[in-house]
Amino acid sequence: MIINHPLLGPRDSAEFVYLGDANLIERPDPEAETAAREFYEYAYLRDNPAGEHRELWFHEAGDRSWLVVTRNTLTHEISDVQMARDVARSKGRSK
Amino acid sequence: MRYSGFKVIKEALTGHKGWKSTWRDPEQQSHYDIIIIGGGGHGLATAHYLAKVYGEKKVAVLEKGWIGGGNVGRNTTIIRSNYLLDGNEPFYEISLKLWEGLEQDLNYNAMVSQRGIMNLIHSDAQRDAFVRRGNAMMLNGADAEYLDLDQIKKEYPFLNFDDARFPIKGGLAQRRGGTVRHDAVAWGYARSADGNGVDIIQNCEVTGFRIENGKCLGVETSRGFIGATKVGCAVAGSSGRLMAKANMRLPIESHVLQAFVSEGLKPVLPGVITFGAGHFYVSQSDKGGLVFGGDLDGYNSYAQRGNLPVVEDVCEGGMAIMPMIGRARLLRMWGGIMDMSMDGSPIIDRTHIDGLYFNGGWCYGGFKATPASGFAFAHLLAKDEPHETATAYRFDRFEKGRMIDEKGMGNQPNLH
Repeated sequence: MIINHPLLGPRDSAEFVYLGDANLIERPDPEAETAAREFYEYAYLRDNPAGEHRELWFHEAGDRSWLVVTRNTLTHEISDVQMARDVARSKGRSK
Repeated sequence: MRYSGFKVIKEALTGHKGWKSTWRDPEQQSHYDIIIIGGGGHGLATAHYLAKVYGEKKVAVLEKGWIGGGNVGRNTTIIRSNYLLDGNEPFYEISLKLWEGLEQDLNYNAMVSQRGIMNLIHSDAQRDAFVRRGNAMMLNGADAEYLDLDQIKKEYPFLNFDDARFPIKGGLAQRRGGTVRHDAVAWGYARSADGNGVDIIQNCEVTGFRIENGKCLGVETSRGFIGATKVGCAVAGSSGRLMAKANMRLPIESHVLQAFVSEGLKPVLPGVITFGAGHFYVSQSDKGGLVFGGDLDGYNSYAQRGNLPVVEDVCEGGMAIMPMIGRARLLRMWGGIMDMSMDGSPIIDRTHIDGLYFNGGWCYGGFKATPASGFAFAHLLAKDEPHETATAYRFDRFEKGRMIDEKGMGNQPNLH
């Protein structure tokens, strides 16, 4: 698979490490009343879709940035790649 | 019809006109006591034990395609019970015992071959870990044997003993481990289940569950609605897809694992060798092909095919430990979809929906577990309580902090 890095262009997926579902950047609020339940669901439960999947890849052998990759789990076709920091910022996270 | 040597001779002399279909192709009934979704090894084994051991009369297995077309026909056929943790080892040991009696139980030649399995050791720390594992196995009634360097050199003289990075220092052997003809397992269980009255319905895809007031009343299928008192799901890599139809999210990711087989060779490899440090394991099939594999590709996939970097990685592992493998040509390679759970161990449990039961999360260890998985799932479905060897395989262990994590990797499914 070739991942089209937003800064570096097309890179071999072997340069990256895979973490999992992109929802892992949406960490629940530890102060919330329901934090225990939410952290259990955050840490252990997955949608695991057959089709479009938003997921986190880390460019370990490159610029060490985190990417949010949208990839089809049935065909391995990648339709979108964004910097994870841009995704987080667009939701008002980070600075 | 029982199979026997006498029957083979009789049919040979009478033109082979007396053989019948191995299982029926029945029309579905409108209601069953128990429906098993998934006609793979685990589903068919569940049906066999439900009918034969637990005396259930109205059981059906629903299969989307043809039986045995999924992971039971795509694995590398290894059986073993060399686990460390209490939640796992008794379960895999009962599985190995069931393998040992399987062919008599099924009256079917599954080519169960206890040729032994050996895990290689390369360092003092690894030796300590494997000796501890061997002790845990023996405490649970399994066999384990520590092999020193001279014994390994005698049994496997062709290995690369002096590799600079991973010199071989010893091994942990389980002589009762080995290989089984995987397709025959599916066919043998199917034949026995069918003979005990189970309806095996192929080309019948489950498209949804009928759930009312928190109770599962049956399944919607491509052949219409089929009612059931209890529904058991055993669909391995497709678990996420299937249970989403009941609005369930699982502690499971689906990943692709590749396997490889070389051209047929004369016998060179007596048992199964695992080279964990180099992510490589190999055995030789009775046809002569070297059957080998390694790591997951590492990303979520339902594609049943992987990519080239892992092919290279697996072949590098093979060349590192067993250089002569470089002289063999690769004949075939393929991929299967693994239901990777969050702690690397399976789930055999009720769901929060009445009458809906789940069996999955087998990671890449599902084949060796087939008989015990079927037995324990049949026990759960028939008696509504977990089998004594499967009490730890509960959904709630993740919420309660009772993970069964053999490798201590945490909730990172692609590392188990």
